[in-house]
Amino acid sequence: MKKLSHISILSAVLATSVALTGCAGTSNSSGGSNTGGGGQPAQNQPSTSGSGGGAATDGGVIKIATQTPLSGNQSSLGDAIKTGAEYALNQRKEEFKKLGFDIQLFPQDDQADPKIGVSNAEMLISNPDVYGVVGHLNSGVAIPSSVKYEEGKLVMVSPANTAVKLTEEGKKTVHRICARDDAQGPKAAMYAKNTLGVKTAFIIHDKTAYGQGLSDQVKLQFEKDGVQLLGYEGITQGEKDYSAVLNQVSAKNPDIIFFGGLYPEGGILVKQAREKGYKGYFMGGDGLDSSDMIKIAGDAVEGVVFTSVAGDVTQTEEGKKWAEEYKKTTNKPLETYSVYGFDSMNVILNGVMEAIKANGGKKPTREQVLEAVHKTKDFQGQFTKVTFDEKGDNTNADVFIYKYDKDKSTFVGKAE
Amino acid sequence: MMLNILPQVLVDGLTLGFMYAVVALGYTMVYGILEFINFAHGEIFMVGAFVGTEVLLISDSLGALEGMNPFVALFLTLIIAMVLTGALGVGIERVAYRPLRGAPRLVPLISAIGVSFLLQDLVRFTEALARNEFYLNSPTLFTGSISLGSIATIPTKGLIVIVLAIVMMISLTLFINKTKWGIAMRAVAQDQSTASLMTINVDKVIMLTFLIGSSLGGATGVLFAQNYGTIDPYIGFILGLKAFTAAVLGGIGNLRGAMVGGVLLGLLESLSGAFMGPLTNGAFGAEYKDVFAFSILILVLLFKPEGLFGEAVKEKV
Amino acid sequence: MANLTWKTFKGIPLALTLVWIAGFAAALHFMDKSVIAFLGILSSIVLIYYTNTSKAIKMVIGAAVLLIVIPLVAGENRYYMEVASQVGIYVAMALGLNIVVGFAGLLDLGYVAFFAAGAYAYAIFSTSQANEFIAGNLFPLSGEWFWPFLIVGLIVAAVFGVLLGLPVLRVKGDYLAIVTLGFGEIIRIIFNNLDKPINITNGPQGITPIPSPELFGIKMGTPFFFYFIVLFVIAFIVLANIRFEHSRLGRAWIAVREDELAAQSMGISLLNTKLAAFATGASFAGVVGVIFAAKQTFIDPTSFTLMESIGILVMVILGGSGSIPGVVLGAAFVTILQVQLLKEFSNFLHSLQQSGIINLPNQLDPSKFQRLIFGIMLILAALYRPNGLIPAKRKKNDLDAIKASDYGKEKLGILGKLSQLASGKQS
Repeated sequence: MKKLSHISILSAVLATSVALTGCAGTSNSSGGSNTGGGGQPAQNQPSTSGSGGGAATDGGVIKIATQTPLSGNQSSLGDAIKTGAEYALNQRKEEFKKLGFDIQLFPQDDQADPKIGVSNAEMLISNPDVYGVVGHLNSGVAIPSSVKYEEGKLVMVSPANTAVKLTEEGKKTVHRICARDDAQGPKAAMYAKNTLGVKTAFIIHDKTAYGQGLSDQVKLQFEKDGVQLLGYEGITQGEKDYSAVLNQVSAKNPDIIFFGGLYPEGGILVKQAREKGYKGYFMGGDGLDSSDMIKIAGDAVEGVVFTSVAGDVTQTEEGKKWAEEYKKTTNKPLETYSVYGFDSMNVILNGVMEAIKANGGKKPTREQVLEAVHKTKDFQGQFTKVTFDEKGDNTNADVFIYKYDKDKSTFVGKAE
Repeated sequence: MMLNILPQVLVDGLTLGFMYAVVALGYTMVYGILEFINFAHGEIFMVGAFVGTEVLLISDSLGALEGMNPFVALFLTLIIAMVLTGALGVGIERVAYRPLRGAPRLVPLISAIGVSFLLQDLVRFTEALARNEFYLNSPTLFTGSISLGSIATIPTKGLIVIVLAIVMMISLTLFINKTKWGIAMRAVAQDQSTASLMTINVDKVIMLTFLIGSSLGGATGVLFAQNYGTIDPYIGFILGLKAFTAAVLGGIGNLRGAMVGGVLLGLLESLSGAFMGPLTNGAFGAEYKDVFAFSILILVLLFKPEGLFGEAVKEKV
Repeated sequence: MANLTWKTFKGIPLALTLVWIAGFAAALHFMDKSVIAFLGILSSIVLIYYTNTSKAIKMVIGAAVLLIVIPLVAGENRYYMEVASQVGIYVAMALGLNIVVGFAGLLDLGYVAFFAAGAYAYAIFSTSQANEFIAGNLFPLSGEWFWPFLIVGLIVAAVFGVLLGLPVLRVKGDYLAIVTLGFGEIIRIIFNNLDKPINITNGPQGITPIPSPELFGIKMGTPFFFYFIVLFVIAFIVLANIRFEHSRLGRAWIAVREDELAAQSMGISLLNTKLAAFATGASFAGVVGVIFAAKQTFIDPTSFTLMESIGILVMVILGGSGSIPGVVLGAAFVTILQVQLLKEFSNFLHSLQQSGIINLPNQLDPSKFQRLIFGIMLILAALYRPNGLIPAKRKKNDLDAIKASDYGKEKLGILGKLSQLASGKQS
């Protein structure tokens, strides 16, 4: 306790002393002192290149928040979003500095808890420097928090919430760049039926808004197409033993297991299913798209199919270079959620930029930023192409199919 | 048609159940002596899983696992994990529980919850710093499986879990019943002040209890990581909860009860997960397996409030 | 040593308290964003509690701070009012659990189930969700129904409490803890799965949009209004708590807590007494659940996990089990810590990092530290304040009071009268 307060006092003193001398170049010196194992955070990168322009930020501070779980068992996903958003923001610091603005990331931990999400949202809307939110991971947190953003006219761009309901309530501030469940689900089901030629299916979901929402859509489509449903079961998130449900699967031996959920469970499911001698297809949504999926599932990952709205970045030379650069600066593997975070942040920053320009180079209002973001059209992000419709959904609802090889996922094609 | 998977379901249930059983022993030992729910015990299990996995990962990257007999490797890993988690348990007792011995009954619970949060995040930060992620995937030492015809296949690792769990339980029982220290432990569990009058060093006995309970928990963590392959800092909470339930089901404070309770709970979960959906035609699916397990627990406690093996304490006036 | 200084401590002079309040109110008025000023105002309640003056004056000052000063200086800032109303929600719940754990000594790890019952009661019927299983397209109800639903929530949760309590309360001690834990989990899982075969709770998708309260056509959706609603409910609950504490039932609870056997032999019906505690505690949680649902406008089962029950239990024990001011302080402390203090601390660290003063690798980003610090705080609080922040006071003067009363003068002693009292004044 005592030590802690000493540290905070010490750092407070440091803060004031640096603020007094008015120098922003400190990050240069500390940048080198970082030890190899830890990895260099991205934020030092841009300021290193432009330490000359320290005094140019007289236009004011513009904060863009992220709201994702940064602690608890979903923090690896939440952190991926935050890291991607941070990377995007740091890349464009210079651009804004030229206009006289200092853009900062304002990361918040919503702990995957609706209460915390809402109180954070209240904090964000009562802070006049905050101009946008990238978030959330969980629809259950996003929906109540977005009520508050709506009241504060704070634009929210969601990188991950697929729940249909989110944009159906007519909130102006709510946008998302990812696909809705009712876009991704049916296409996934049709791909399974038409291309993979499955006749029987077993659906497993993780009893979350995302997992069940997606699975319900898949189930509907399967029923429409006459694919026989052998089972529809829920599992508990966070557990490591799914043999109970998988024994059911092996008794019924379906052509395909469709899993609605995220890779920590998906990886274990496919691994344990293969250990039990299951030979059919294993398919999921964009929740399975992660480098960790390969680590968790091991060899069993081979052949796992998943859908995603993200076009393949690593196909092009430029994309590969981008991915390399990302890994180098953030010292983290490239996750889909990071790219969603990256693209969401860029959508907001573009809006802020537009608004600044429209406002004659002065600090815009939140409404202006909201308007500008809402008008986003044909923005080509790193993975996704973004055009918002009236509701704030991304109209560019192409769904792509990917398949895991032994050590990476490969692009298969567009789902028709 | 569904019955043909029954043997397989039983095998899976037993594997899970024996893990619950060993972790439940840790809860029940501490409870027997201090009458206090050591909420952080699940976290000690988790630390054990991480220590074991790290040992394997590091020795794998050093090439030490090449050509080593997997049994030897597992044995060494278990020893290291047990020593470290045992020490951790004793340390936690010393720092966070012992000063609270005279305090109101529920206060150590707060401290234990604090320790639990602390351990989760410490492991998460350490792993994030060292490996850039906190999901760890353990190298598998045993890959084969024993096939019982078309009835069931028992993966070698599952079999090892069961065998080692039984070995641990038997040695603990022998220790408690046959050795001097074991007798001292039972004495302290019965009556601390009388035991201390009989020249038993109560502090030492409590330390020993934490040492044994924690190292058993840590060892189970290693087995867990081996069996399921993937671990994260939050596995302790769920498994700890189940293990504690198992301990209560068997009669908390009773070693035999914890073992039986654990195995029973594992079997119940496995059975309900596999058969509930088909039997109710999808109305109640596998997601109700915890409901089923808890309902059984409640039913048992209603008819036998002291648990399956617990002794009914006659209150004297 | 600490005890000694505590005993000689007579209380804070009234003037100091008033200066404190005035000072921080002014500070908050002029520096809208100062978290310290806001916390200063909130902590003035504790100060008032320890002020060396008469009870009536304390009450007046406390009410003035809560009803006038805080809304006046912090009402503009939605975030502060949000924090204040969340604090209020947890204070109310902790007070409810205090009856079960603190007074009656029943360790309840499934308390959040009653909270969920209240929240779902309002959520289901105030949205179109109820149309799924009730014919006639009668729903959604308007926000004016919020007020009657406070009572409905209370009744629903109380019924839940009795229904759960009837079987559960046969088991004792830590067995009770695990049985209530089991029931809490069962209820959460059932709520999470009740979207089939009949869709009652909409499962993991949750229920939305839950209408905000309305009164005479005014929509009360902002934290400012919820602050007052919560305050009103807390006043009611505190009053009930105090009344209970000194009532026959309250004394029976304490007797049961201290020694079941002795209580039983004094003619206290164990099951009824425990059931009453269970139902009372549950009903408070039900009321708060309705408010919570209306405040959040969306609820799903993730708000009602075991961690929530544990969190509320932590508040009660940390504050001082059985002590009303202690529980209020404990709940306020834990909630402020979680929703504001740790947040501000990590934001502060983050701003330091942004300006390059400290340099932490991404893995150790300050925004991830919250639970870790919370854990450390819990351990320290348990170690250094094992009886709670404000320990429960034992009534020393009970015996004196009896001696001074009419019974003391009776030649037959007090026993005859007491039994007469027990049988005669049952109602």
